[in-house]
Amino acid sequence: MAVVSMTVNGKPVSHEVEDRTLLVYFLRETLGLTGTHIGCDTSQCGACVVHVNGRAVKSCTLFAGQAAGADVLTIEGLAKDGQLHPVQEAFRENHGLQCGFCTPGMIMTAVDMIRREPDLTREKIRSELEGNICRCTGYHNIVSAIEDAAGRMARGAA
Amino acid sequence: MIPYGFSYRRAQSLNEAVALLQKSPEAKLLAGGQTLVTTMKARLANPAELIDIGQIRELSFIRGDNSAITIGAATTHASVAESATVKSAIPALAILAHQIGDPAVRHMGTLGGSVANNDPAADYPAAVLALGATITTTARSIAADDFFTGMFATALAEDEIISEIRFPVPEKAGYAKFPNPASRYAMTGVFVARTKDGVRVAVTGAGPCVFRVAEMEAALAANFAPAAVENIRIDPTDLNSDIHGSAEYRANLVTVMAKRAVVQALGSS
Repeated sequence: MAVVSMTVNGKPVSHEVEDRTLLVYFLRETLGLTGTHIGCDTSQCGACVVHVNGRAVKSCTLFAGQAAGADVLTIEGLAKDGQLHPVQEAFRENHGLQCGFCTPGMIMTAVDMIRREPDLTREKIRSELEGNICRCTGYHNIVSAIEDAAGRMARGAA
Repeated sequence: MIPYGFSYRRAQSLNEAVALLQKSPEAKLLAGGQTLVTTMKARLANPAELIDIGQIRELSFIRGDNSAITIGAATTHASVAESATVKSAIPALAILAHQIGDPAVRHMGTLGGSVANNDPAADYPAAVLALGATITTTARSIAADDFFTGMFATALAEDEIISEIRFPVPEKAGYAKFPNPASRYAMTGVFVARTKDGVRVAVTGAGPCVFRVAEMEAALAANFAPAAVENIRIDPTDLNSDIHGSAEYRANLVTVMAKRAVVQALGSS
């Protein structure tokens, strides 16, 4: 057991957990932030993607202790002041989801991708989604949503 | 899934990591964890103690000059893939790093972790061997030719930690990989490098451990062109065979990927 402290969605948190606690369980079970999903046991599906110090990572593939001291952003921290993040808005408008299970990971991956890649093509978006699986196979509209969001954010920043 | 219990320690410096490892010889080193954590979740690994070296600042850097690029062991695949230094001096190395796993994995996984684990299907061992890199550890420097000793086996001693890897800058280099469509591990990956001393060809994914192909190296030294390797057949006897592909299939992939790697090497300066 150890006390693990970090910042989650802008708020400092500190809890005593077992050393084997994966970050995703720390978020879901210790903090009750169940927006981050667990879809596989093999680090492949990406439903658990969150940002640690600004980079998209699979929260099922690091221990909470590894994120001690870090700044963590989950899907719950994306909307600001009741306003959806542009990527969330684009997913809603483009129907970028079917059952919705993969959506939190898709959106967190998309936010990271748009930050890193200023010139996203549909082909590039598909290759950047390598680590996120949608078992409804709803990729077409997910790609459209990310393309739309990237355009909105570029215009918003200009 | 949840791993067996263990105790976690984060080392702040390489010296501290060595001291912790000497105190707990049974401990496992954790770098990016993109293989180890998954293996522990599947309960295929059960270390009593983890020493986290993934966040030691002195192990995360990329330095370059005209003759070589030196990369700290805890440098992530994403950092290597995005590095202007790597892209300009050894573009094939940046291309290789960009093809590992997926973006989230590349944000965590490290050069040193990949090389120390020596997964038969990992990408980096091919670059380390083909470029004739030197692996520096807390105890010594090891030439790539002496480092990879077998499946998941290396020359590293139990209490030895990789600190950095030095990649000499080649005249030309290319890396071509046929990824497993699900895992993105190399079914077969071939790294080709030409230096003033000759040509080195290293193959990952096809056999139990990364290996060089002397016949291709000689052919490319005489004529650095795709045609030089296209008729060279690899003996499948000792190659991997599994549900993803037979040994004969992988043997053919070695020739095809070698050709593509040469094409890529010729396309870059």
